[in-house]
Amino acid sequence: MRTRYIDAEIIKNTIKDLCIQANTILRPDVLEAIKELYRRESDGFAKNMLGALIQNADIARRDKLALCQDTGMVTVFITVGGDVFIRGGNITEAVNEGVAAAYEEGHFRKSVVADPLLRGNTGTNTPAIVHIDVIGGDKLMIAVMPKGFGSENKSRTIMLNPTAGSDEIVEFCVETVKLAGPDACPPYVLGVGLGGTMEQCASLAKKALLRPLNIASSKPHLAELEDRIKKKVNELKIGVMGLGGASTVLAAVVETTPTHIAGLPMAVNLSCHALRSASAVI
Amino acid sequence: MKKINTPLMENVIADLKAGDEVLLSGVIFTARDQAHLKLCELIGQNEDLPVNIAGQVIYYCGPTPSADRVIGSCGPTTSSRMDPFTPPLLKKGVKGMIGKGRRSSGARDAIVREKAIYFAAPAGAGAYLNGKVTSCEVVAFPDLGPEAMHKLTVKDFPLIVVIDAFGNDIYARFN
Repeated sequence: MRTRYIDAEIIKNTIKDLCIQANTILRPDVLEAIKELYRRESDGFAKNMLGALIQNADIARRDKLALCQDTGMVTVFITVGGDVFIRGGNITEAVNEGVAAAYEEGHFRKSVVADPLLRGNTGTNTPAIVHIDVIGGDKLMIAVMPKGFGSENKSRTIMLNPTAGSDEIVEFCVETVKLAGPDACPPYVLGVGLGGTMEQCASLAKKALLRPLNIASSKPHLAELEDRIKKKVNELKIGVMGLGGASTVLAAVVETTPTHIAGLPMAVNLSCHALRSASAVI
Repeated sequence: MKKINTPLMENVIADLKAGDEVLLSGVIFTARDQAHLKLCELIGQNEDLPVNIAGQVIYYCGPTPSADRVIGSCGPTTSSRMDPFTPPLLKKGVKGMIGKGRRSSGARDAIVREKAIYFAAPAGAGAYLNGKVTSCEVVAFPDLGPEAMHKLTVKDFPLIVVIDAFGNDIYARFN
């Protein structure tokens, strides 16, 4: 084993760049999914609104403006090789310094409060939520996901019975979107986490949202489930801004992980149409 | 599309129907959760409000800051969180609200009672709306940072009437 040294400063700068990118440049797969809906939409109002979303992405990119004023709380997924040694700091500090620098330089809204009851703003949009996985090798992979709370507030978890089938899974997705109704900026993306424990399926549901929307699950039974969820939820006909039309969801993305014989934990992380993330490998 | 101006006159409000698309121009005031809490505390204590809200329009928005522009990204936040604070503010004279999503039956009843109106702005399109704002200044609760009350001047701000003064609600099918 050869140790690879990575300076904390590099991690900080990468996080900063990724946060700015994610907040100002709409993911190409998300933009393409919106354009596809725009082409297919026959309802006049819905088509105009989808057109405004496409314009919004153009303006944000051109003027380096945030796609949405809710520049969110930042979740960071890091996968680090066991051969990596961080020099001149540690990962968590470097992430938070990078987030703080991005929100200052990018003129993003600082939306994080230090205490959920006292509600004083930290003024830096930190701390970020950091998930770290250690694997073999000498690479460091980073994905940042700033997410607003309009849609985070509508996300849900449920502990299903182990005998539950895909019908119950689809039903919980439908129920979640129905409860969100027009409030959380449809068309939505559903990140679905299945398995693990209560907290693990919740973070998995969010991590699922990292997968490009035009790529179905590599597991056939999950690809089929994703398709069913999308079709069933679209039957709700919520539409853009809740005003009808065919555009209720852009995609459903399902990820799974091993779980216990007695349960089937499930989480739906609901995302608005402004699904933002960016990633890099160091 | 109808063009309307603030402050909203009663006859203008009475002419608007749920589902109408309008372009709004004039002054509007941002306020979200914490500003609503503070305004309602002041109302409860019979204190003067830092802004004269009579006849005004409240926009549920916490914009991003900007170094070289009037304002940053400035789309609406979820209106339902402001529902419990809506009846006292309407009673105090607020005539219009802009946000996104549904309102509670309590908020809708207050809208009818006070002959007010609730609009939705394009949601998740804060950069697009940036171009509709011509001035922005903090006018109350600066300590709240992004949640401070801002006085905005807007030009042809695109809106849709969600709940009109007669209680018609385009989101009624979700209730």
